[in-house]
Amino acid sequence: MSEAALATAPAEFAPWEDAQATPLIRFQNVTKRFGDFTAIDNLTIDIFEKEFFALLGPSGCGKTTMMRMLAGFETQTEGTILIDGQDVAPIPPNKRAVNMMFQSYALFPHLSVAENIAFGLKRDKLPKDQVAARVDEMLNLVQLDKFASRKPHQISGGQRQRVALARSLAKAPKLLLLDEPLGALDKKLRQDTQFELMDIQEKTGTTFVIVTHDQEEAMTVASRIAVMDHGKIIQVDTPAKIYEEPGSVYVADFIGDVNLIEGTVTTSGDDHATISWAEGQQDLIGIAHDEIPAGTRATLAIRPEKVNIATERPADMTNIIHGKVMDIAYLGNMSTYVIETPTGQHIKAQAANTRRIRRRAITWDQDVWLSFTDTAGVVLTS
Amino acid sequence: MKRFGLISVPYLWLLALFLVPFLIVLKISLSDTALAIPPYTPTLDMSEGWAGFKEWLSGLDIENFTWLTTDDLYWKAYLSSLKIATFSTILALLVGFPIAYGMSRAPDEWRPTLMMLIILPFWTSFLIRVYAWKAILSQEGFLNQLLLNIGLISEPLTILNTNTAVYIGIVYTYLPFMVLPIYSALERLDESLLEAAEDLGCSRLSAFWLVTLPLAKQGIIAGSFLVFIPAMGEFVIPELLGGSKTLMIGKVLWEEFFSNRDWPVASAVAVVLLLILIVPIVLFQKNEEKQREAGK
Repeated sequence: MSEAALATAPAEFAPWEDAQATPLIRFQNVTKRFGDFTAIDNLTIDIFEKEFFALLGPSGCGKTTMMRMLAGFETQTEGTILIDGQDVAPIPPNKRAVNMMFQSYALFPHLSVAENIAFGLKRDKLPKDQVAARVDEMLNLVQLDKFASRKPHQISGGQRQRVALARSLAKAPKLLLLDEPLGALDKKLRQDTQFELMDIQEKTGTTFVIVTHDQEEAMTVASRIAVMDHGKIIQVDTPAKIYEEPGSVYVADFIGDVNLIEGTVTTSGDDHATISWAEGQQDLIGIAHDEIPAGTRATLAIRPEKVNIATERPADMTNIIHGKVMDIAYLGNMSTYVIETPTGQHIKAQAANTRRIRRRAITWDQDVWLSFTDTAGVVLTS
Repeated sequence: MKRFGLISVPYLWLLALFLVPFLIVLKISLSDTALAIPPYTPTLDMSEGWAGFKEWLSGLDIENFTWLTTDDLYWKAYLSSLKIATFSTILALLVGFPIAYGMSRAPDEWRPTLMMLIILPFWTSFLIRVYAWKAILSQEGFLNQLLLNIGLISEPLTILNTNTAVYIGIVYTYLPFMVLPIYSALERLDESLLEAAEDLGCSRLSAFWLVTLPLAKQGIIAGSFLVFIPAMGEFVIPELLGGSKTLMIGKVLWEEFFSNRDWPVASAVAVVLLLILIVPIVLFQKNEEKQREAGK
């Protein structure tokens, strides 16, 4: 690549790192209680314009409540929610420049696809020709031109999902809320639709906030992910950082597959820590965000695909674990090996199946050495 | 073959209990009155064979139907019934819709109880319940006493033996038939549809007009027919609660049969009533079919 091309490459989209940027949405110490139950617990977060922001967490973690507060269906018990600098507490849902795509899609069964999309536009008392033009534009966007006059029960689930998306985008909202938008679709269709969603988000430049419990979906579509649990945000970061540098065991465990190795910190620096974890095994080193006092209980989180598996002891690695192959899961493109250490712990390693399975070198009950680099794992204290 | 056998049972049932009696009534409506038992001629004499049948057939005519057009009592009674049935249906809808709406929005644990309250009156005889209204609506009845006692009126109201009492009776009796289909339509209504309507810019009121009402339409239509059809031919309520001025075709029918003993004319009245009701019945069936299709 030439230098000129490098210079014109677009800067990475990261307004949250820019101190000057004003957020589109601000949650300031927001608490929401339903009776005795605290759904949202003193939550503060900024979401920026044009972000594709994912709220990720198990059911009951408060993510849906957050979204419903943005739409105006719930009002916070304490704190302030600002959208575009304006306190939205007194604004009813029908007066907010926020639209929502419902989990059930909530398409009006008595109206055709086109009438569903036109519904919001007609409420704005737009002239007929403008409504028609916008409906056509939306139908085009979601590629449903041929289905304009069908009723919702006459189209497939994937098409219904796109109608719901088109309807919620028709009014060109500042903010689009998506409540588990792909939950009802099968896996293949879901993956295609994820890319379509990203594409549409980019085309329209709308800020998307998506609620999901599917971590893969969040990883695929989002610019940033907020991992939630019990009404609190545990970590907000880009998908890569959430995955590579989880801030806590909860996040590491929630996203993807992970080995959690518990031990005691022996030495620690600014950016790394060493833990002693089992008798007869070498100490392991991983990155650490802060200095951790020696003697602290800590967990080393390491992703299986970052663990190398070999039949010979690697010479130049510091992180080495010795064990026996207990189980092999053949996944087609790769295999997951479960290794049992002499002290009875199980550690997973993943390797791409670059060779045909008959010629695989590693088999059950074989002595193997696992290894990973000094920066592959993260030492976590919470 | 087995399937045919299964289907034939209800059809045989309808044949025996609906079509055959109707054909008998139709035949009587084409006969003439006679001072005999049964009180009409001709009667079919099987012993005379084909000639007897021919004679029987020649004795039938449409004289009774022409008679219905010459006396204005009949068409006035039909019109009056139509008017009373229509108004009662509208009243039942105005009372029944809010009840059904309230039930469908009530907390889940309340719904069976509310449903029970709607169905409970059916546990008592219809006749007794209509009689009870006599005790409520009469000059010295509970309603007048209550109103007099709280000082709302100084003279007792005349409600019993007027058309007002008939309306009250019909609305009261047929209210469950209005409430239940509307309730079942509203209960199916997904709450998120209303939220979606609000989200897209509707006020609560316009969401009701644009979403709730259209989706309850088929329930409303079903309920209206279920009230209108029986109200049209109602006899007991106008007889017990209505006055001498209350003109309904059911009453005329009864008088022709039992006071005048004019079975042929009474049968003609019944046949015409059925023909009038065929239109709403067919419309009702169409609506039911549509509802089944939408439910798929």
